Amino acid sequence: MPKVALFIPCFVDQLMPQVGLDMAAVLRRVGYEVAFPEEQTCCGQPGFNSGYWNDARPLAERFLRVFRDCELIVAPSGSCTTMVRVFYPQLLADSPLAGEATQIGKRTFEFSEFMVAVAKVTDVGADFPHKVTYHDACHALRELHLKHEPRKLLARVRGLELVEMPFSEECCGFGGTFSTKFGMISSAMGDTKAGNAAKSGAEYVTSTDPSCLMQIDGILRRRNSPIRTIHIASILARTVPRSVGSMRREAR
Amino acid sequence: MTTTAQEFLRRAAEKSADIVHRQIIRKNMDTYEEAVAQSRGRFQNWQSARERCQAIKRDAVEHLDHYLERFEAAVQARGGKVFWAETGEQARQYVLDLAAKHNVRTITKSKSMVAEEIHLTPALEEKGIAVFETDLGEFIVQLRNEPPYHIVTPAMHLTRAQIAELFKEKLGGIDTDDPVELVAAARVALRRAFFSAEMGITGANFLVADLGLVAITTNEGNADLGVTLPKIHVVITGIEKIIPRLQDLALFWPMLAGSGTGQPITVYNTLVGGPRGAGECAGPEEFHVILLDNGRTDLLADPEQREVLHCIRCGACLNACPVYRNIGGHTYNTTYSGPIGSVLTPHLRGLNQFQHLSYASSLCGACAEVCPVKIDLHHHLLENRRNAVNSADRPVSERFAFKMWKWAMGGAGRFAFAGAAGKLALRTLYALGMQGTALDPLGAWTKFRAAPPLPGKSFRAQWKEQNGGR
Repeated sequence: MPKVALFIPCFVDQLMPQVGLDMAAVLRRVGYEVAFPEEQTCCGQPGFNSGYWNDARPLAERFLRVFRDCELIVAPSGSCTTMVRVFYPQLLADSPLAGEATQIGKRTFEFSEFMVAVAKVTDVGADFPHKVTYHDACHALRELHLKHEPRKLLARVRGLELVEMPFSEECCGFGGTFSTKFGMISSAMGDTKAGNAAKSGAEYVTSTDPSCLMQIDGILRRRNSPIRTIHIASILARTVPRSVGSMRREAR
Repeated sequence: MTTTAQEFLRRAAEKSADIVHRQIIRKNMDTYEEAVAQSRGRFQNWQSARERCQAIKRDAVEHLDHYLERFEAAVQARGGKVFWAETGEQARQYVLDLAAKHNVRTITKSKSMVAEEIHLTPALEEKGIAVFETDLGEFIVQLRNEPPYHIVTPAMHLTRAQIAELFKEKLGGIDTDDPVELVAAARVALRRAFFSAEMGITGANFLVADLGLVAITTNEGNADLGVTLPKIHVVITGIEKIIPRLQDLALFWPMLAGSGTGQPITVYNTLVGGPRGAGECAGPEEFHVILLDNGRTDLLADPEQREVLHCIRCGACLNACPVYRNIGGHTYNTTYSGPIGSVLTPHLRGLNQFQHLSYASSLCGACAEVCPVKIDLHHHLLENRRNAVNSADRPVSERFAFKMWKWAMGGAGRFAFAGAAGKLALRTLYALGMQGTALDPLGAWTKFRAAPPLPGKSFRAQWKEQNGGR
């Protein structure tokens, strides 16, 4: 059985654990042996993005050591994958680990990217009978160039109707510490996003990135909107127990 | 926090909440985006066209000294004068001296962000010289005593009704909101200025090195009148506007127009390179080019961010930027606004005063995606932030917080403990009804959004239970 290591972003670990559990369940379902290197903490992105490169560097080096022996690494976040793949080479350019820093990005994947490009599975047997709109998370879209991967996966979910919102590529306004340093700008952007999501007529907003979903969810609930947010891994993890009749029909 | 940062926060809060402003800008941007999409389709391959633009600008900037001297020699050979201004003050003084020498009373100006950068108009007006902005958008914001809202479309924030009201008040005898009549009214006012001006000031869209030509692009032909009618023409421009060869314009003209407004090509594209020659029927008696440094060579010396000098000032990054769309051009309080302004201004005017602009971004990268010369704008914002932490004033509390963060994330046990303790504290505070109060540790978040639900157990705790620590 091929092995894959879970890279669980720090805030997913603490605030959205179900996303990590759902991702692990889907990976197992499609035939991977899943491991969680327990020494992992944070990839260093909050410090890096705030300009604290000297404080972020030891955490990046720590990440390299923790995942050194892992052949495939998967994260339920385009943003944290971007930190490793795109920014580690720059952050660690003068570090003794510079070589490893450029290598690790080649085996670290965002979840939907991993499913489509590595596992080469788009139908994971999921069932989610709802109208869903997809928010293009900035890092997944512009740094990792993932546009079609999540949509390909969603297209194969039973009962799911994918409805595009206008300006799906426009930022939700989260932006890490930007969301609290410049809350008024961040929430104005989130408001635009929530409005566009509503225009799609969807019941759920999904994305590759839990941080975007946390922002969109916070705005939607503040607006008392009935629209809910759900991570793409959680959609793919949803199955309905098949009835005996349907299994018999399939067996025929 | 610096006073410029405080002022920025105040204005940003005001504009972000201004729904009318948001709608005006959204409407304009939608029209713009539609046109831009069409303009990209006119290129056989827009991506490779921008790669070519990037390569040409890289060559130009990497060999800036060579190309500028070539430009200078060609201009001088035709009898034009080239002045190298190290600072805005020197550039301003050159124009003031020239105006005094020729007893200039009236100046027509076509749109120039460099003139804004060095505050040229107020300096001229202080000497009693009348300065007329001749670009329609600039003419409008000048009537309002406002700086341009946008580097390409200075009056983007105004509705037709607002402009009609303004003209009624300022131009006298005009009472209409018909666009044709409004433009006609501006035209009458500007024609008078054109015929009385002794000096015309323009910017430059490109400086063509091999032939020593200045390329000026407008949609209204106003620069053409400004370079033909007055007896003195002064070009004021940044040194980075250089391109190596005349033929490069075949790519840059459509690229500038396509990215700036979505047009196939701007309506008027003019090349000038000196005073009126013997036997020529038009042109000024004197032709001056002011090449402004004003901090640009500092950027040139920085290999990490040198490419910021590739900018052709098309304004595409402003239009694409969701922050710009919400806070508007004036909130930046800088000559160059939007993503390029946030990257550039700390270099031109000081990191400490303008570092907040680099933080006022979600780093979404929409700017870099549309940049016709492929400047990695949002990554340069990250570098500016690093520079700010390394050499400018950051709040002591922030520095301390990141030290604590580094420590807590330095071990899985510490991280798990900090996470559990934090959630317990939050849950306790929220149970006591503290959410959204001054005591809410997530106050900066919950002021604008609902707090995230707090799960009972972390991922690692649940994983351990379910998988026995595997």
